[in-house]
Amino acid sequence: MTPAMPSGQAPSAPAGQAPAVPTGQAAIRARKLTKAFGHHVALRGVDLEVAEGEFLTLFGPNGAGKTTLIRIIASLARPSSGTVYVCGQDLGKQATAVRRQIGLISHNPLLYGDLTADENLRFFARLYDLPEAAARIDAILEQVGLTSRRRDPVRTYSRGMVQRLTIARAVLHDPAIMLLDEPYTGLDLQAADMLRGVLQELAASNRTVILTTHNLEQGLEMCNRAAILNRGRIGWQGRRDEVDLDGMKEIYRDVTGRS
Amino acid sequence: MNYLRKILAIVWKDIIAELRTKEMFSAMFVFAVLVIVIFNFAFELRGVDRVREAAPGILWVAVTFAGVLGLNRAFVLEKDRGCLEGLLLAPVDHTAVYFGKMISTLLFMLIVEAFLLPVFTAFFGVNLLNLRLVLVVILGTLGFAGVGTLLSAMTAQTRAREVLLPILLLPVAAPVLIFAVRATAGVLDGLPLSDIARWLELLVAFDVIFPAVAFMSFDYVVKE
Repeated sequence: MTPAMPSGQAPSAPAGQAPAVPTGQAAIRARKLTKAFGHHVALRGVDLEVAEGEFLTLFGPNGAGKTTLIRIIASLARPSSGTVYVCGQDLGKQATAVRRQIGLISHNPLLYGDLTADENLRFFARLYDLPEAAARIDAILEQVGLTSRRRDPVRTYSRGMVQRLTIARAVLHDPAIMLLDEPYTGLDLQAADMLRGVLQELAASNRTVILTTHNLEQGLEMCNRAAILNRGRIGWQGRRDEVDLDGMKEIYRDVTGRS
Repeated sequence: MNYLRKILAIVWKDIIAELRTKEMFSAMFVFAVLVIVIFNFAFELRGVDRVREAAPGILWVAVTFAGVLGLNRAFVLEKDRGCLEGLLLAPVDHTAVYFGKMISTLLFMLIVEAFLLPVFTAFFGVNLLNLRLVLVVILGTLGFAGVGTLLSAMTAQTRAREVLLPILLLPVAAPVLIFAVRATAGVLDGLPLSDIARWLELLVAFDVIFPAVAFMSFDYVVKE
């Protein structure tokens, strides 16, 4: 079952919290972003702008810096230099407010195995101060088809069920920006199909989406812009309608030196 | 108020998970009892005076070892399952994560100690069940959990975390443990409160300093 996504509009922000993304404003704007881990430089002056409602797929081989970039945008990592603005807010100064606007799906479920689905979602609802959390949790568990297993510990779930709950957790607070870091990793066919359905709904909604993958076919499926990150730099970027899969394969080979 | 609610949410989550598995409590309690049993056999403590001299040290060694075990698990479980990222992604000041985890650790340690004190009394024949000792145990455990939670978060990011935590923690927590042993000895010797007050004041000082340091540095510790 494909879970229906919430409205797609940025949640209305209570006083003192991040406002919804204004129309016409870049949802994400990174300038001269660098990140070094000791002597290893993961990002080398990345400039990236993602418009509101845009679906950007970020391709790149392993070690290109995709996950590092996603982690910086999600405020899980601090850039060595450069700036990131999310929804017009400086990530360095307003990280707590920015995080309200972000949902992350990665190959880690970010769920507690010893808690039930219900308890996991209730816990995150408290952290996000969600109003009417119980009704929201009921609805979202229904959407991902886990209502009948909501009181079972997550560690008893199959991989596909965990992935569905991961998606429920990521969209629970109705984020304006979705970051998907290699979400297909380790998924069986059924779970991958379900995730594809979710991505289609995200693409159809007004959310800003960044998807990272090294699989060209999966990545091109729904995006309206693509970029290639190689050795910490954006090596190429362009509109989806300007390139087909074969053309993309050629560009990818030229930029990364790999097929 | 909002900040406090989020701290309580983290504590609630840890308690629910622990009630379901009892992993941390059973590991800490069994380990602490084993430490007491080994000391009991090793020193063949029989004379009342010698027991009194050794008892505070043995008690705090058992509490420290059990605490290290609990602290090792506190952030490793979050880190291994990627859950720490889930916490850090939430629109919560990251220091709330520190205080949530610290309060959970403190609660688990105090529960273990509540069971440990009667066991200790039974093994060594020293009555540890009095209110002044309870105060010393609470203050000592608070200081230990305060610095331990910060270092646990720090070492959870490393590969050799199980080894690194005690190596870093024991020297830093040494003042707290020394003051706690001194205060415990004072209570067991039946000294008046005014005589052990300076040890209690020092414990209170560390109970404030360690969380204050964590408050200022925790964001840097958990973020790459």
